[in-house]
Amino acid sequence: MYNKKVMEHFSHPRFFGKIENPDVIGTAGNPRCGDLLTLYLKIDKKSNKIKDIKFETLGCAAAIAASDMICELALGKTLKQAIKINFQDVSNELGALPPLKIHCAQLVTEALRDAINNYPLKALPTGRQAEK
Amino acid sequence: MEKQKKVYFDYAATTPLDAEVLRKMMPYLKDKYGNPSSLHKFGREASAAIDEAREKVAKFLGCKPTEIIFTGSASESDNLAIRGLIKALKRKKRTGQTLHIITSSVEHKAVLETCKDLEKEEVRVTYLPVGPDGLINIDDLEAEITPETDLVSIMYANNEMGAVQPIKKIAKLIAKSNKFEEHLTYFHTDAVQAANWLGCNVNELGVDLLTLSAHKIYGPKGIGVLYAKERTPIYSLITGGDQEWNLRAGTENVAGIVGMGEAIDQIKNQKSMPTGRQAKIKSIEKLKDKMAADVLIKVPGSKLNGPDNPEDKLPNIVDFSFEGVEGEALVLSLDQEGIATSTGSACTSQALTPSHVLMAMGLSDLEAHSSLRVSLGKYTTEQEVNYFLKVLPEVVKKLRRISGR
Repeated sequence: MYNKKVMEHFSHPRFFGKIENPDVIGTAGNPRCGDLLTLYLKIDKKSNKIKDIKFETLGCAAAIAASDMICELALGKTLKQAIKINFQDVSNELGALPPLKIHCAQLVTEALRDAINNYPLKALPTGRQAEK
Repeated sequence: MEKQKKVYFDYAATTPLDAEVLRKMMPYLKDKYGNPSSLHKFGREASAAIDEAREKVAKFLGCKPTEIIFTGSASESDNLAIRGLIKALKRKKRTGQTLHIITSSVEHKAVLETCKDLEKEEVRVTYLPVGPDGLINIDDLEAEITPETDLVSIMYANNEMGAVQPIKKIAKLIAKSNKFEEHLTYFHTDAVQAANWLGCNVNELGVDLLTLSAHKIYGPKGIGVLYAKERTPIYSLITGGDQEWNLRAGTENVAGIVGMGEAIDQIKNQKSMPTGRQAKIKSIEKLKDKMAADVLIKVPGSKLNGPDNPEDKLPNIVDFSFEGVEGEALVLSLDQEGIATSTGSACTSQALTPSHVLMAMGLSDLEAHSSLRVSLGKYTTEQEVNYFLKVLPEVVKKLRRISGR
């Protein structure tokens, strides 16, 4: 069902856990489908780059692997770059998720966008809001 | 820690083929290839083998061989029982008369989806609720059954959490309702999960139709049985040949049928041994109980799903829910440690909805989503149970670290 890469990210995720005092948090999911995830981000105030990111995911193997992958993709990117990461990027980087699990990739991008949208404007240097 | 590679705890999904069963099947996969419908020696050899298997199944169920129909699966048997009966009744019903089926909300999909499908054909279906223990309430059935009810289809034992439904009580209720009426209510039960463990004498149970599967009793896949009591009106769903009393066209799966006969004979033979069968069942139940008790101690935030009373459940199935863990991830993690289990989580279903059985029992989405079914069988050892008890707490802990719960 899952390829090796998905199984690798599921079995040995690198980004799971919590960040104490994160700059912003993003969440996604619903109990009905069973996937609930939270992303914790640390953002460099000057460059607006994501300097640390971690996830906590209650979900299936695909949801855990996709969570790990979105962290890997987002780390080091500016918020402006990160918000452009879409579910195909996540799925492609994982070497394609099974069709039934594509929603897991959508879920993690939702969480990242939620985090970026939650990032307080005042934390952005003046005049940089457009770039957020 | 030595790594055990293969621990099978999914006997409710399917059982391994018994070596003796395979041995009995082999000639019919090789040299004895005749078509049972043929007149010559090859054909007669094959039809004699089917006759013999049919007698074994009939003996097991306490019925006549002519009441046994071999099918391609238990799902097909369920379909033949329900659709076949409805088809026959429809052909003789008065115009404007609706047919009525009563079933339960925890049936196997082969029954549930069949009933749902029939609702589109002017059949009224009542789905009885179950309690948190997974059992129907006989009063609910009494309230819903009318003299006009055509069929009651309630499973003998549930495949997910092992609840054993009160079949004899249901049969009595139906018999009472049938007593003074011209109109008969027929009773079907899917006994697929029960066959290994519980009495299946159809007269004692009081059923008109009963479904069995070979691959849940150490027989081959691709063979089901439907018992249909004499004079129960059913019509064939697959037409084309007069096999199986004209009820199931198609050249018989001779080797499979022989395998079914042998598999069922083994249950029956063990049953007739004064200690053998019951002792074996007891020992499996003991392992299951040990597993359940130890898991509850070793894994905080765990709970059992299903009946509390040992008499209301199968001796081999235990269903857990683990807070903060999703079932598919749990099954895959255990699989990486060589342990085969199953889950009612939405993540494994095409519809992405949690198990209808667990939901019917009133579990929350998250509880159903975090379920793990462990089912034991005749080859289960204490070492396997101990290995599971060693691995599971670690796996749950790891997944909880990931979920942060």
